[in-house]
Amino acid sequence: MPVDDHTLDQVAMSRAEYERLLDMLDREPTEVELGIVGALWSEHCGYKHSRPLFHHFPTEGPFVLTKVGEENAGAIDLGDGWCAVFKMESHNHPSAIEPYEGAATGVGGILRDIFAMGMRPVALLDSLRFGPLTDPTNRHLFNGVVAGIGGYGNCIGVPTVGGEVQFDESYSGNPLVNAMCVGVGRTEHLLSASASGPGNPLVLVGADTGRDGIHGATFASVELDENSDERRPAVQVGNPFLEKLLLEACVELAEEHGDWIEGLQDLGAAGLTSSSVEAAERAGTGVEIDVALVPRREEGMTPYEVMLSESQERMLVIPKREHLDEVLALFRRWEIHADVIGTVTDDDMVTIRDGDEVVARIPVNVPTDPPMYPPEGVRPSELDRWQAEDLDAVPDVADPTGALLELLADTNIASRRSIYRQYDHQVLNNTVVKPGGDAAVLRVKGSTKGVSVATDCNGRFVALEPRVGAAIAVAEAARNVVATGARPAAVTDCLNFGNPEKPDVAYQLEQAILGISDACSALGTPVVSGNASLYNETPSGQVLPTPGIGMLGVIDDVHRTLTATPTEGDTLLLLGAPLAQPAAALAGSQYLTATLGRLAGRPALDLDHEAAVQRFVLDVHAAGLLSAAHDCADGGLAVAAAEMCLAAGAGLDAGDVELGTRLDAALFGETQSRFLVAVSDAAAVADLEGRAAAAGVPSTRLGTVGGERMRLGPVDLDLEQARAAYDGGLERALAG
Amino acid sequence: MRAAVLVFPGTWSDRDCEWALQQVGVESRRVWHRDAVRFERDELIVLPGGFSYGDYLRCGAIARFSPVMEAVRDHAAAGGLVIGICNGFQILCEAHLLPGVLMRNASLQFRCQDALLKPESAGSPFTRALDPERPLRVPVSHGEGNYYADDATLDMLEVDGRVAFRYVDAEGRATPEANPNGSLRNIAGILNEDGNVLGMMPHPERACEALLGNDDGNAIWESAVSSLVPA
Repeated sequence: MPVDDHTLDQVAMSRAEYERLLDMLDREPTEVELGIVGALWSEHCGYKHSRPLFHHFPTEGPFVLTKVGEENAGAIDLGDGWCAVFKMESHNHPSAIEPYEGAATGVGGILRDIFAMGMRPVALLDSLRFGPLTDPTNRHLFNGVVAGIGGYGNCIGVPTVGGEVQFDESYSGNPLVNAMCVGVGRTEHLLSASASGPGNPLVLVGADTGRDGIHGATFASVELDENSDERRPAVQVGNPFLEKLLLEACVELAEEHGDWIEGLQDLGAAGLTSSSVEAAERAGTGVEIDVALVPRREEGMTPYEVMLSESQERMLVIPKREHLDEVLALFRRWEIHADVIGTVTDDDMVTIRDGDEVVARIPVNVPTDPPMYPPEGVRPSELDRWQAEDLDAVPDVADPTGALLELLADTNIASRRSIYRQYDHQVLNNTVVKPGGDAAVLRVKGSTKGVSVATDCNGRFVALEPRVGAAIAVAEAARNVVATGARPAAVTDCLNFGNPEKPDVAYQLEQAILGISDACSALGTPVVSGNASLYNETPSGQVLPTPGIGMLGVIDDVHRTLTATPTEGDTLLLLGAPLAQPAAALAGSQYLTATLGRLAGRPALDLDHEAAVQRFVLDVHAAGLLSAAHDCADGGLAVAAAEMCLAAGAGLDAGDVELGTRLDAALFGETQSRFLVAVSDAAAVADLEGRAAAAGVPSTRLGTVGGERMRLGPVDLDLEQARAAYDGGLERALAG
Repeated sequence: MRAAVLVFPGTWSDRDCEWALQQVGVESRRVWHRDAVRFERDELIVLPGGFSYGDYLRCGAIARFSPVMEAVRDHAAAGGLVIGICNGFQILCEAHLLPGVLMRNASLQFRCQDALLKPESAGSPFTRALDPERPLRVPVSHGEGNYYADDATLDMLEVDGRVAFRYVDAEGRATPEANPNGSLRNIAGILNEDGNVLGMMPHPERACEALLGNDDGNAIWESAVSSLVPA
């Protein structure tokens, strides 16, 4: 059949890629074959532009239990026979046109990745980016996404414990919705997603298959344009209630009957196509599926539609044939459909039948071998211009207290409480540090341990200097978990970029991956899972390069968790670079961006210093010297100090500190590798200062926590005024 | 005493309830809603929180037809203890074991936050051991916890001492600010006529350990236990 351009566009395949497919098959593909290959060769499934760079990532460590890309999520050993699996994934394009369902199914999808590995999901986090809330369309997207996350997570009973949200013009019309899930369980219950054992049945469980989401993977692999709304049928609809039943059934299967099955695989992008092909590839087998056996929710679906449907809440189970009946009975007890739809074969082929008719038959290694396009990056010309800007020429802040109040009310800094109180963040009785802290901490029931989780990425830093900016994202996420007393252990990433076929985006992508790799190597946190979302562009441009980092840290004794809430009478100290900072420290900061209305400067990070400071904080916490700790990040020292004061409900007496010649840089500069720590008595302060000197970590005493006002150099802030600004900032912006 | 924690499709507080019961030394078993079951006379039946049947219809409206509800009704009629938390409260209302309904929160949003509960009824096993002067800090987590009943019913509940808990502020006042969902008269939990069936929106099973914030919720379980232990 001669293939026209429209057909190729439907599967986002180029003419050259089609020619490559002809060579591999040595014949024309059938319609179903083209659909299968097109979906798996899409950027979303095939990672054509990003995979050539993944070899840079450090992926190994003594406690890493999985190899990246081999399973649905990364697993790490927590010790004592416990393990944690986690992954972050994007659902940007669906959320851009249907925010509620786009976000909800993003949550549903990442949950399935976790329980497909046999682990019980214990926490969800969401890393979100939107255009400014001054625009009603952005408010609509924001409200829809937040409601969708809550709608799914609250119903299924997995707590949403953290994440972040940032606003920037570049995300207008192309929000980023990255969902992360953490699962915990016994290491011996870890499952693989492989279709092993020729002759074993393939069992499809969960929802019936409909026409929803066909070409979803393809849609995620092209830029958004004015016609994107027509893609609404490519957005799936979630059913968290059904997924709750699936979750319970799958976890029960893993925990009690792991010996009944060979593999468990979720159905995500490209549905049955990707799940069956990937499971066969992992096992080095083939699969034969009869689409006539797939239960449908609609009449008249073609084999093509059945294979490419992205109907949610479905899993593929590969039972050992002698345990088939028991597996079917287990799912049915949970009131879930379970049907045999095919068989594992030993011929390394994907064979799709519709009753007696074979509609596709291709080698497994054709769809799993997409063309690779190593990005050919060219450093964007504006980088030199941005970095060359003379920040000394920016007038210093005239009203530091007023500027601090404005920052506290800024949508990028203000309290997120109005969001997270819409999310059940406590169900499962594990949440030790709730949303609002540097990282969320969850206790691991049955052990003394805790896991600390945070997401981070400042796209402005990545735009200004991609390699350094991406390293900062890792460093800050690590700092967040360190501030709870956790040892950073491993990373999942979610690479959100524009069109990688454009040289400037290719440069950002390549440099960001190098930056993540630099930081992960320096901090000893391997990358154990991840996802790339490219083509985040609208007609008005590409999003800020946003390589979101999800960090997992481990706390050996969860009763020794640290928070950012000091006690009155504590002494507050700054660890890391000293108070006085040059104007250059303002690079990419919230303050400077708001003041200038544009990006400027060159962010800097010394990874050895970063690692030393983090180690120091953990050491002094282990020695029992800390009463509280907080990462110094967005908004700089002044915002970090104000956040601690607000948490404590007490002021700060640090009016006499010496801030140097640039007040703005000292107060609001976002110099990296710094913590604010609170210490409860004079002996401990002296002890900490002695250890700091010995470790080569600068420490500066700020003052005592207490009173009604926060004084920091010239800043003299009424706490109630600060609270009104901080607590209400986001809600005021949402009111429009 | 032991407890039977019911599991409907979509229930998610079952394990949390078991965990909390364990903290106060009460053994429990989980009971799937289709299981043929006999409850012991001194068994505490717990209808936990969750989204039974996804709450796709009115909350609790389908679960009330579950096979297990027959036995729950019998247990309640025989004077056995039944507590419904969150979705469990909604199911008890739908099953007419408790009066009134739970509507969408006045804010039209889901709310997960701490609430202060003033114990108001001395007459029930669940509240007998509680100090009315010491509000309990217990989290709420729901989208439809806005208690509504007609005035006559509300007056009757008040007169009969069947308002088990009211949302209050730190000073013990039932203010609109202390009310997380718009419930009439700040009602957070109510009792049936005999005081042996309690429905409440807040989650005492989440306030069961200092590690998680506080253990105020345990007092409710302990009160129920003490009422069943022969003196």
